[in-house]
Amino acid sequence: MDAIKQMLGNLLEPLFGPLWPAVWALITIVALLAPLMLCVAYLTYFERKVIGAIQLRVGPNRVGPLGLLQPIADAVKLLLKEVIIPSGANKALFVIGPILAIAPSLAAWAVVPLDKGVVVADINAGLLYLVAIVSIEVYGIIIAGWASNSKYAFLGAMRATAQMVSYEVSLGFALICVLLISSSLNMTDIVTRQGEGTFASMGLGFLSWNWLPLLPMFVIYFVSGLAETNRAPFDVVEGESEIVAGHMVEYSGMAFALFFLAEYANMILVSVMTSILFLGGWLSPVGFMPDGFHWLALKTAFFLFVFLWVRATFPRFRYDHVMRLGWKVFVPITIVWVVVVAGWMMSPLSIWK
Amino acid sequence: MEFSTFIFYFFATVLVLAGLGVITARNPVYAALFLVLAFFSAGGVWLLLSAEFLAIVLIMVYVGAVMVLFLFVVMMLDIDFAHLREGFWKYLPMGAAVGVLLAVEMGLVLANGFGGKPMPAAAATITGQATPVACGNNICELGRVLYTEYAYPFELAALVLLVAMIAAVSLTLRRRSGPYSEKYISPESQVAVRHEDRMMLVKMAAEKEAPEGPAAPAGAEGQ
Repeated sequence: MDAIKQMLGNLLEPLFGPLWPAVWALITIVALLAPLMLCVAYLTYFERKVIGAIQLRVGPNRVGPLGLLQPIADAVKLLLKEVIIPSGANKALFVIGPILAIAPSLAAWAVVPLDKGVVVADINAGLLYLVAIVSIEVYGIIIAGWASNSKYAFLGAMRATAQMVSYEVSLGFALICVLLISSSLNMTDIVTRQGEGTFASMGLGFLSWNWLPLLPMFVIYFVSGLAETNRAPFDVVEGESEIVAGHMVEYSGMAFALFFLAEYANMILVSVMTSILFLGGWLSPVGFMPDGFHWLALKTAFFLFVFLWVRATFPRFRYDHVMRLGWKVFVPITIVWVVVVAGWMMSPLSIWK
Repeated sequence: MEFSTFIFYFFATVLVLAGLGVITARNPVYAALFLVLAFFSAGGVWLLLSAEFLAIVLIMVYVGAVMVLFLFVVMMLDIDFAHLREGFWKYLPMGAAVGVLLAVEMGLVLANGFGGKPMPAAAATITGQATPVACGNNICELGRVLYTEYAYPFELAALVLLVAMIAAVSLTLRRRSGPYSEKYISPESQVAVRHEDRMMLVKMAAEKEAPEGPAAPAGAEGQ
């Protein structure tokens, strides 16, 4: 990264002068987001193929070889469709809604390291930044729900508010456990700390990752991530059988597609974060294989598969059960576990010296 | 001129305009959204002061939680705008007096605090400008100060918040009783339900014999 910045800097810095830091930031952002958008497009293909296989169907197979051009065809179709603004809607907020939905889910990627040193912004408060950005994701849904001037959309927005604010609490406590034992908020440090320890020096790196000492937090983080991204079985926000499609019901064309893109970008984000925080990120599970980006990609792909697997397996939660799981099960467990981990760290049995 | 100067003026302009928007917007939903924008820009300005912890916590707590609930409430209110603007001239003298007092107080602070004297040492430490810190970053230093020098005030504040939280929960805790009690279904008992409880199979003969004796004729009562 630094070498590339140096090389491009020599070439372009005289051209842009004081604007060069902004130009460099833009270059890194495009280099991160363009492949991400491609991943999002092919995640929809992957989802349809996986769910098709689980339900003994074939999935998309008409556009291109094995249906591989299907996401491109979908994107073109959505781009060419008209964005209809309902006559009773609040026009300005109706347009801002989808933008506010996708902006945070892309901004969160700024602090996610893909390999040692490969990150847009390697800041000390990385984890905190991520929590803050994830917490403002709900605005897109609320604004879209209110501006649509539709009962279904507004009900969806109310459900989304309550659900996302509730699950952020358990998500935050799970992160506190991780930052306690890593004693850092920097994501690169968190991964590096997982590569140290008794098992790592024996060549069994996967046993020194955070998932083992923090097993309950690992499970709760992933399930809360499911709820936070409004994916099945927690998709009461857009439950088709109850409130049609929630906040998205009045949207069409690309405005609808932005909500879709945001949801899938968030799915990838939660999977990458679970891999980084609990499964050692780009670290290799065993000593004799080299670390690298491919390990992170593999772990992320596994969690994405679990997302789809869960969606095809479990029926939707009822709304009050979603709330009960969040507040009466996850929050107490995570609070107790924070105290347990803190006590464990101060005791002579601590494994994080 | 450095690049961060551009960013500062951008955030500052947005902050002031958003602040104006909060008090001038007719629609309360717009006012709440302008307040969100103002918090966000203030967070940006704090980041430029390298107070990253405070900036991110401002966004996390106020934008991510408080304003979401605020917006949620404002959206559900059915506000009569004409009625709201009715008492404008009646309340103007009182409002103006409070406003002038606030402006004078802020003027005093600005004139004496930043006029010529340097910033107080504690504030300088928190914003990370002066006194080279041992651990090198703002969060670490803030944590060290909070849990050593200010441990008792910090724990006292935490206790006050805990009391407030318990009070809020107990205020809204509602056990349904009386005529509505039969509507309440405990989720615990629903989750613990077994399939034997859901359906009962009753063994019975395929046909019933007709009851003995003829039924009373339809018009018998009238006689």
